[in-house]
Amino acid sequence: MARIDLVDLAHSYGGNDAPQESFALKPVTMTWRQGGAYALLGPSGCGKTTLLNVISGIITPSRGKILFDGEDITPLSTQKRNIAQVFQFPVIYDTMTVGQNLAFPLKNRGVPKAEIDKRVAEIGRLLDLEPYLNRKATRLTADAKQKISLGRGLVRSDVAAVLFDEPLTVIDPELKWQLRSKLKALHRELDLTMIYVTHDQTEALTFADTVVVMHDGRVVQSGTPAELFDKPAHTFVGYFIGSPGMNIIPAEVRGREARIGGHVIALNRSYDALPAGAKIEIGVRPEFVEVVAPAPGLLTAKIERIDDLGRIRFARARLGDAKLAARAPAGFTSADGTAGLKFDPSYVHVYADSLLVEGAA
Amino acid sequence: MDKTVNQKAWFLVLPVFLVVAFSAVLPLMTVVNYSMQDTFGNNQFFWNGVGWFKELLDPSTDLGGRFLASLGRNLFFSLVILAIEVPLGIVIALSMPRQGWTVAACLVILALPLLIPWNVVGTIWQIFGRPDIGLMGYVLNHIGLDYNYVSNDIDAWVTVIVMDVWHWTSLVALLCYAGLKSIPEAYYQAAQIDGASRWAVFKAIQLPKMNRVLLIAVLLRFMDSFMIYTEPFVVTGGGPGNSTTFVSIELVKIALGQFDLGKAAALSLVYNLIILIVCWIFYTVMTNAGSDRKPQEGAA
Repeated sequence: MARIDLVDLAHSYGGNDAPQESFALKPVTMTWRQGGAYALLGPSGCGKTTLLNVISGIITPSRGKILFDGEDITPLSTQKRNIAQVFQFPVIYDTMTVGQNLAFPLKNRGVPKAEIDKRVAEIGRLLDLEPYLNRKATRLTADAKQKISLGRGLVRSDVAAVLFDEPLTVIDPELKWQLRSKLKALHRELDLTMIYVTHDQTEALTFADTVVVMHDGRVVQSGTPAELFDKPAHTFVGYFIGSPGMNIIPAEVRGREARIGGHVIALNRSYDALPAGAKIEIGVRPEFVEVVAPAPGLLTAKIERIDDLGRIRFARARLGDAKLAARAPAGFTSADGTAGLKFDPSYVHVYADSLLVEGAA
Repeated sequence: MDKTVNQKAWFLVLPVFLVVAFSAVLPLMTVVNYSMQDTFGNNQFFWNGVGWFKELLDPSTDLGGRFLASLGRNLFFSLVILAIEVPLGIVIALSMPRQGWTVAACLVILALPLLIPWNVVGTIWQIFGRPDIGLMGYVLNHIGLDYNYVSNDIDAWVTVIVMDVWHWTSLVALLCYAGLKSIPEAYYQAAQIDGASRWAVFKAIQLPKMNRVLLIAVLLRFMDSFMIYTEPFVVTGGGPGNSTTFVSIELVKIALGQFDLGKAAALSLVYNLIILIVCWIFYTVMTNAGSDRKPQEGAA
């Protein structure tokens, strides 16, 4: 159990001399609290797995340091770091029984037999593997095998952190939910730091108390699910999280007003010191835009279709070249295929070169 | 749709029937026929029933003694070369590079002995081991070892075994290497995370994942070494005395040297039968080893 600090950490598969734009993991400095449940969220190829492997020591970073409780462990090998990791596909040791598989990490570290038996029994119980402890691990299904992999990650009580690299990919959707809630329960019970890599936002938002969003090798935001939803720090976070994602519309912003094609949208805060020459956009989640009957003073958009998601309906609209989604209230229909857009000013954010700009009150 | 009955299709398989009949069935039946008879030449044959087979399995007769002694030598030979080639092949496969241009270089070097025709291998070692002009024989005698495969039983055995190891360890190594390459990287990473030592990685991951290719390697090497003929024949000619006379060499002596067709036919049938039985045992073991991996119902 430990606090993990990353200090100016970066990794390039092409070596340290490669241009920084090509780095798989761009310099990052951040802290992972002891006992936190983190999700590392991002699309495929954004550097999540690289970051995870750097923390576990499978990859030695090109630059920067990793501290466990303030102690620099960057040069230590994986075996010497106190870390557990579960991989995307189940890894089981064919010749061993389920129990022996679970005991393997402890046995390699010379833990006394009585202690091993106790831990294996406990993890077996927590993961519902008890009936299989004496069975050969090869003859089990993929689900059960992945549970064994999870078990091997959780069996050591002294680890600094348990890292999960998309561990539920091979699991059936039904069981996925069960296992995820199980992991969450285990997190509460065992007081371990857990870092969970995924590209599935539902998985990330349900598992973690802190979600770290990565994009193109960079950590773009880290916060609670609510923070990510209400106040995305980067346009990428805006459209990656939420379904449908945030609407990003190019606009001219001056003071408390944003202009889109001559129409004015009121803003809650004042933006006077926007960087010159930057690409200015406003971002607003579809939940906070409403389509209404066209009226003077409202931005008019062309309705392309209306998606009925059951409890909520979203209109897909077109505004010049930009596409956007907006909430369609019950009973809304458009006679001529156009509609007015009503924005909720407190949820309209301003982005300069994709980064959130905090306005003045 | 009704199937059109067209018996003319049989003509298409006829060539295969003919080829198989003339290349396999008829010769085999001829051998079976010979094994029941005795001949004194002149194309005159006398019925002998199962006489040759009885003699073959009775160590007190000349034929039985020779057969069982050579069979013993053969089994011992197979055992020794398996005991050397399999561990050696595994070690070589484990120490081979896993990527880069050196992989190709290693593969080519390993494959070289496999590409050499058997009688050439025999000739190479026959000359290599000669005390007068052979590099190995000369050097060994020069440093004080009394090495002569022509006159000393043990030297002859050592030469034949070293030659086989030189010729065939590559096969085992290549098979093991293929087995090792098929292990996903995640297994090694997981083992690192689990704090496994090098030996534990070998025991828990590499060996179990190699067991199928190892079975194939053992099967191939056993069959091949059990049928060995050319190499020892070229090097030692079965000598000194009968010390390196294997079953196949004995068979050729009886069939072509003495022209005892009946005895030779009986011997070759029994020889064939042994190989078939061993094949079947290996096949059964391998199939069972595979079924071990299928998931069971209700095991989740």
